[in-house]
Amino acid sequence: MWSTQNSQLGAPSSDAFPVAAVTNDHNLKTTQSHRYSSGGQKSKSLRLVAPMWNGTRGIHRLGGAVVPEGNQKKERKMLQFLNNHFYDVEALRGYLLQREMSKVHLKNRSFTWLEEQHGPYSAGAFFILKQGGAVKFRDKEWIRPDKYGHFSPEFWNFREVPVEAVDASDCEINYEGLDNLLLLKELQSLSLQRCPHVDDWCLSRLYPLADSLQELSLAGCPRVSERGLACLHHLQNLRRLDISDLPAVSNPGLTQILVEEMLPNCQVVGVDWAEGLKLGPEEQPQDTASPVPA
Amino acid sequence: MIRRVLPHGLGRGLLTRRPGTRRGGFSLDWDGKVSEIKKKIKSILPGTPCDVLPDTSHLPPEHSDVVVVGGGVLGLSVAYWLKQLENRRGGMRVLVVERDHTYSQASTGLSVGGICQQFSLPENIQLSLFSASFLRNINEYLAVTNAPPLDLQFNPSGYLLLASEKDAAAMESNVKVQKQEGAKVCLMSPDQLRNKFPWINTEGVALASYGMENEGWFDPWCLLHGLRQKLMSMGVFFCQGEVTRFVTSSQRMMTTDDEMVTLKSIHEVHVKMDHSLEYQPVECAIVINAAGAWSAQIAALAGIGKGPPGTLQGTKLPVEPRKRYVYVWHCPQGPGLETPLVADTSGAYFRREGLGSNYLGGRSPAEVSRVGWDMLARRHRIIVMKESGFWPGSVCFVHPQVQTAWAGYYDYNTFDQNGVVGPHPLVVNMYFATGFSGHGLQQAPGVGRAVAEMILEGSFQTIDLSPFLFNRFYLGEKTQENNIM
Repeated sequence: MWSTQNSQLGAPSSDAFPVAAVTNDHNLKTTQSHRYSSGGQKSKSLRLVAPMWNGTRGIHRLGGAVVPEGNQKKERKMLQFLNNHFYDVEALRGYLLQREMSKVHLKNRSFTWLEEQHGPYSAGAFFILKQGGAVKFRDKEWIRPDKYGHFSPEFWNFREVPVEAVDASDCEINYEGLDNLLLLKELQSLSLQRCPHVDDWCLSRLYPLADSLQELSLAGCPRVSERGLACLHHLQNLRRLDISDLPAVSNPGLTQILVEEMLPNCQVVGVDWAEGLKLGPEEQPQDTASPVPA
Repeated sequence: MIRRVLPHGLGRGLLTRRPGTRRGGFSLDWDGKVSEIKKKIKSILPGTPCDVLPDTSHLPPEHSDVVVVGGGVLGLSVAYWLKQLENRRGGMRVLVVERDHTYSQASTGLSVGGICQQFSLPENIQLSLFSASFLRNINEYLAVTNAPPLDLQFNPSGYLLLASEKDAAAMESNVKVQKQEGAKVCLMSPDQLRNKFPWINTEGVALASYGMENEGWFDPWCLLHGLRQKLMSMGVFFCQGEVTRFVTSSQRMMTTDDEMVTLKSIHEVHVKMDHSLEYQPVECAIVINAAGAWSAQIAALAGIGKGPPGTLQGTKLPVEPRKRYVYVWHCPQGPGLETPLVADTSGAYFRREGLGSNYLGGRSPAEVSRVGWDMLARRHRIIVMKESGFWPGSVCFVHPQVQTAWAGYYDYNTFDQNGVVGPHPLVVNMYFATGFSGHGLQQAPGVGRAVAEMILEGSFQTIDLSPFLFNRFYLGEKTQENNIM
């Protein structure tokens, strides 16, 4: 009995674990004390994220996204039923959720103590490499960990060489982990594509990099919304911003226009501003190029 | 089964007697008769439930360890931390009594939902920082299995406070204190302001303070709903009713200065149901007064303030409801996406709402405005806005159109505009968590934890809120807060 539950529990921690908070029914007018709202909302938001998550490494809790829709729904219903009727199942799920969270916390622990010994750039680079991202020091090649997570220790010697670019795609960086990332004061290019824990709070922390950051990519982050994009106005040196595929943004076309107004010197990439517009039957799309400010 | 049996014997005979045009009316009557006959047969048959005992599911339980009066964000926060910090799971029974389950007049739902650390008192700054970290990790604190994660809709856009010449020195010293406590605030000169936010009119502005992190606004309903959901999963009892009476027992004791003092303790709370005279006496050990704008009434029920003025027995709880208006207007060429919540020198504030050039704002009136206690009229047009003197003079809004407006109550502390937290010196088991004068929502998680620690450990552990105790009203020591919005 327990073994079948374990295999099902791979999928459900995805619905208990906050991945994409697109819809949330918080209607307080109902006095219904039912605490288990339908998981149907969760599967809707996961469908948006599923095409990107297929085949990417390290995201076990979204294994459910790879399973076809019909099976997923049945498994989920079965799990909800068991959760509602057995305290053991509920406690186990709660425990597994806590364990997932503490794993993320462990990954994002502070490495600032390395700063005294090896300098800020090496400390920050170590954090990124441990997470699975790639680092490029100035005038050097990209350093990437291999598929086992090992990376060459040559960067410990680069005490004075600043880090130019960081590729933290698919890494589990969260708000606390940004402490380590912000050690890299002269960062020019940052890629946070498809990071599952980067949300609006994290974006509000990026302002210390305003002097040097020129390129930022947030494509595919499930938790970034237009409210987080609003605090990118500190980054006045930004030249290229990628905001494609953000499922939590409610109106991508309008957001693109507002972000372009907010950052006049920046090329904002990713969304066609005509996307949200409805065309009449006789109208044809005349000009579908996204407006790039001169 | 009965349906099939009966028409066989009676139905066909009866139906075929009448002409077709009367059949519609006749068959309705027939259905009624059938259901009556069914009911009779069911009640005769053995094994049917007999409703001898009256239904008491709407009443609160007869015993409860803690009764929280008021189900707004403060009351729920205290209940949450009590259950979170109790030593043994299920060790404490907590009952939350809320008069209106639709929260139509509650300050929580009607608030603008801002959170900022730009205060002058270090305790307020620490409370706000704690609340920011609570909201950031809300899905860890308020996780319920099988429920979707909460989306607070937090806008991290920050607060921008503008100061005129005479307030500039105070603002500078405030910012120093805020930086010391760990808030990320920076000072801006009028030139820097014009550079960053070209739509601000910097006439009369000498200095501005801008919060960069952990400041912004969020959806208070989401927080309320999340707390309710989590509390229900932790086993807290909810009841819709009004507290009408406290049954207390008193003891006369001698202080070290040889004075006789009467200590009271509440051992029963009478909770009256809506639209009925029915009430339930709930035996309790601790009562928490989190009734917001109506806390003074609850305190008066416990006998707080009934005594000669100037004595501790005669010191009332100085919390009053103060009406505040919030207006929503639409302005197509208004400030852009980067707009923080701007509060200008006259006390008026505004912020963006959504992506569609809507703005909402309000103003704290300088003088005491006398409004009826129960009136929360919702008809406000631009005439009323101009009458009350609200318009953020710092921003030039071209052709604004007022869309809607609403009003809510601040639980305004007339003594020093800061919260009242902790036990009452004479009524030994009543704890206060009220009187925050407009920043209850942003300090609720911290205050809830402080009250829970006071109850469970006997003293404040995380944040020391001793300047907020009740004693200061008697001793006359004001803990004044200079930045009130």
